Amino acid sequence: MLSTTIQIVYFIAAILFILGLKAMSSPVTARKGMIWAGVGMLIATFVTFLPDTLRLIDLEGERASLLATNISLAVIAVVIGSWIAYVSAKKVAMTDMPQMVALYNGLGGGAAACIAAIALLQGHATNTVTQVLAVLGALIGAVAFSGSIIAFAKLQGLIWKSWQFKGVQIINLVVFVVSLLLAIYLSSQVHTDGSHEISATYTLAIIAFFVVALIFGITIAMPIGGADMPVVISLFNALTGLAVGLEGFVLQNAAMMIAGTVVGSAGSLLTKLMADAMNRKVGAILFKKFGVADGEPAGEVKGSMKATDATDTAINMAYASKVIIIPGYGMAVAQAQHKVWELAELLRQRDVDVRFAIHPVAGRMPGHMNVLLAEAGVPYDLIEDLEDINAEFSTTDIALVIGANDVVNPIARTDPSSPIFGMPILSADEARNTVVVKRGKGKGFSGIENHLFYADNTRMLYGDAKDAINQVIQSLKEL
Amino acid sequence: MIEGFTAIYIFMLAAIAGYEVISKVPVILHTPLMSGSNFIHGIVVVGAIIALISASNLTEQIIGFIGVLMAAGNAAGGYVATDRMLEMFKSSDG
Repeated sequence: MLSTTIQIVYFIAAILFILGLKAMSSPVTARKGMIWAGVGMLIATFVTFLPDTLRLIDLEGERASLLATNISLAVIAVVIGSWIAYVSAKKVAMTDMPQMVALYNGLGGGAAACIAAIALLQGHATNTVTQVLAVLGALIGAVAFSGSIIAFAKLQGLIWKSWQFKGVQIINLVVFVVSLLLAIYLSSQVHTDGSHEISATYTLAIIAFFVVALIFGITIAMPIGGADMPVVISLFNALTGLAVGLEGFVLQNAAMMIAGTVVGSAGSLLTKLMADAMNRKVGAILFKKFGVADGEPAGEVKGSMKATDATDTAINMAYASKVIIIPGYGMAVAQAQHKVWELAELLRQRDVDVRFAIHPVAGRMPGHMNVLLAEAGVPYDLIEDLEDINAEFSTTDIALVIGANDVVNPIARTDPSSPIFGMPILSADEARNTVVVKRGKGKGFSGIENHLFYADNTRMLYGDAKDAINQVIQSLKEL
Repeated sequence: MIEGFTAIYIFMLAAIAGYEVISKVPVILHTPLMSGSNFIHGIVVVGAIIALISASNLTEQIIGFIGVLMAAGNAAGGYVATDRMLEMFKSSDG
């Protein structure tokens, strides 16, 4: 009876998850969808405690005290874990959200790996299929964990360098093969006789397996940099989902099976959509080197960077008829979105046609810029996607690039040897004039020279995006 | 018990559901959606609790405790992060 109730609750939770995800496909229903999913999570967590807590009543002696200890530990862990995450997620700045998503995702992968570790240590599996699923989930979960932590550290600025050198693929391959061999060994150690006895070799193999799997996640994530980071976070998200789904099969838990698999598949599709937006293949992102100066520099850059100041920029924009603003990671870092919208509003009062052009991978995640502009209160109808606005640059007086780099680099159209060749870009170079707000003369995240910055009709407005835009606003007000 | 073909059916249907649900999402919701699906695999907390409760020695208790701690972090952090993003979309009301 109780187990039927639990199955029904898990079933309802799974439905709530799917409906919640579905509702998130529209801005109007998105928040409602999230609440449904949240309710699903709460009821599923609650009923999970029920059978063992009720079993406690009938038990006596040592077994009762062990069970009571375990249940208390679980309650404490749930409370502490959610409390820390709740506070950190509430406190973090909107601009730091991508790495927090990577971090929370890594935690999920780590949890899946812990479940697998316990299942393996207990000699839980009585058939090969279950054992294989447990090992596979462990591998994927551990990779998602360490990989996501690296992604977090990179976006947080804790690791600056992309770890790129010749032979990095060979290391990847070796680590992969070793983890696979250990996985095969573990999969063969099934206790079909139900003995649950585990040998020292087996325990050692489990430890080695997890160490190698964690290293594998690190060696996958370390070489990846540049505009590829969003795709990788999405990929790890899908992997965690898959690991959770696999461990759900091991534990015979329908809620985990369904929710994990749904996220695994949805996340894979999302990863592909994001990679497509950059005209790159997921395999190429993972296994080919990116943005590294190992070959000849791709063509000499002609011209020089020409600086301008806030007053000039303000005057030019005030008398323009059409301005397109292209925000990028620099705007996010400087928290400049409110100032940018203030500038846009001032220009709109002067009957300037101001719109925002968003590249699919601007920032560190798809939709990153949309989120920030929405925070600042920019209406949807002023925000345009790449396909919709690219034709309009030729009739634009000023393209204002704020902290964006790779997504406006014309080299993506012209130079086949460039790592970003083939990626669709915003055609800011076709505007009559381009103003680039940039902190310094350095290269972008991917380390590629941007030919747009050297063009004859491009002016550089150096400075922190927030300060620079603020100065333009002041100048504009004085006109 | 969920075994053999039943398990494969569940896997296949859930995969199709995930694919269909995502296929029509506008670019502007990609970040909240990634965060939202990140929250949903926080259901791993259920498995971590089951694993911890089944622990029979100190090693398993430690691994289980860390597992539940991380899983709860995944769920709670994922929820708040997604909610904060979606909150902004509401206020812009374009």
